[in-house]
Amino acid sequence: MDLAREVQQLRLEKAKLEAELQSFRESASSATVSESCSLRDPTFCPATWLSGGQHYLDREMINRYSRQLLVPAFGVQGQLNLLKSSILVVGAGGLGSSAALYLAAAGIGCLGIVDHDNVELNNLHRQIIHSESSIGNSKVNSAATACNALFCYRINSMLKVVKHEVQLTANNSVDLINQYDVIVDATDNVPTRYLISDTCVALGKPLVSGAALGMDGQLTVYNFNGGPCYRCLFPVPPPQGACQRCSDSGVLGVVPGIIGAFQALEAIKIASGVGDPLSKRMLILDGFSTSIRVVKLRNRNPDCSVCRDGSQITEREIQELNYESFTGSSLSDKSPKPLSVLPDSQRITAKEYFDYLKEGHPHLLLDVREAHQYAISALPCSLNVPLAKLEDRLPEIKAAAQESQIIVLCRRGNDSQLAVKYLRENGKTEAVDIIGGLESWARDVDPRFPIY
Amino acid sequence: MGTDSVESNDTVHLNLEFGGGLEILFGSIKCHSVDIPLNSGSEKLKMEHLLVWVRDNLLQERPEFFMKEKSVRPGVLVLINDCDWELCERLNATLENNDTVVFISTLHGG
Repeated sequence: MDLAREVQQLRLEKAKLEAELQSFRESASSATVSESCSLRDPTFCPATWLSGGQHYLDREMINRYSRQLLVPAFGVQGQLNLLKSSILVVGAGGLGSSAALYLAAAGIGCLGIVDHDNVELNNLHRQIIHSESSIGNSKVNSAATACNALFCYRINSMLKVVKHEVQLTANNSVDLINQYDVIVDATDNVPTRYLISDTCVALGKPLVSGAALGMDGQLTVYNFNGGPCYRCLFPVPPPQGACQRCSDSGVLGVVPGIIGAFQALEAIKIASGVGDPLSKRMLILDGFSTSIRVVKLRNRNPDCSVCRDGSQITEREIQELNYESFTGSSLSDKSPKPLSVLPDSQRITAKEYFDYLKEGHPHLLLDVREAHQYAISALPCSLNVPLAKLEDRLPEIKAAAQESQIIVLCRRGNDSQLAVKYLRENGKTEAVDIIGGLESWARDVDPRFPIY
Repeated sequence: MGTDSVESNDTVHLNLEFGGGLEILFGSIKCHSVDIPLNSGSEKLKMEHLLVWVRDNLLQERPEFFMKEKSVRPGVLVLINDCDWELCERLNATLENNDTVVFISTLHGG
């Protein structure tokens, strides 16, 4: 009995010793591998991580992009494609801010940014790539600095940012756009949109187009995979006056941010070859009610004047087109040229109006801006009747003015001319307006008056 | 035959939406639920007839910013049940009860 128990005890001890020996052998062999690697090259040890596949992503790139490498549909191949790609963002404004930042962060190879403007204080609520310290400096420099900051601790940045501090024109669009794989239209005006689309057709480049105004946004991909170009959808430009600008109609800052982020998504998808880009479809965002609809668009128009089969627009034809006269509007979103409806005798300057006030000249100051603009800032003792309501409220105006002169005011001195013309045609023959409106008042009389 | 069915035969109920700034021409109201009377003698409502009805009954200002000749002005997309009207016969498209027609002005701001 005792002998049998002793044999059993010895067998257990033997098994335990054998397990320890096996464990010791395994750890000794792995120590040999890492020791040999570190002896050869302390930073490079392919045996520890290259087993999954052949690629050049180093340890830091894998760490930086790990969360999108983990997206099954994107993965290593999506990232490798992206790192080889070059994307041009035209416009470093509200759309371009979020588009450029996301593209830079996502790991594209080369990011081009085109803009000819400088940063202003009233840009900052939506153009989040810029900061107060950039006010007065070029948007391209400011945007490039923000994108490069994502890689500021790397000696050899994975991202190349190319600054194009120019206005895109028919003379330079081909040379600029030709350098890139995917184009992002983040501009703010009609003629530039036609110019970019035509150039993308001539060069065969996919175009990710976004736009935002007020609380509305729109997004689509043109000239991709047999889909339409901008002119297939809009062969004729809209009439002058039908296009609203951010500087007149306003824009809630986050709305272009959302659309710009969507543009980055579409550009990343095209550049990486992942997913279904928004070609032949348009995304329409209504930020007011938070609704998004994606609608089905027409196919490419076989009779399109620009992208029709076999006779697409050429680079030379683009250079010969005058996009400003075609659309009747300027290649930048600057204030329109002042109207000239009234003769000089029916107009006074802001300084002359200031003299009227000092002399106690009896008058009615009529402010014809929209009520929501009047609420921002207004001169005291003025009556607000928006231009569109002038006809309805004429009796009220006449009652307020009685026999005294009516002096009409607006933001820039355009609507005020139309109002004076109407008032003079309807009995108030002594009405005049203030040249340059409240902007002139702030510039020439009272610099403390807040303009917007 | 009840009165209700007579009425529903004479009118087509539509949901109209205006966006992209076009709503300004319609008292800044984006969504309109409307019953469009059919022209006498016609059994179907066509887009061409709808445009005229909208201009005469809903539009409040500047008709030239909504229509040009018989169609919408350049720069306005028309969507019938979320589909570009180019894909469904434009002015000749037939509208059914409870269809949604969206008029959207293209945006250019950025």
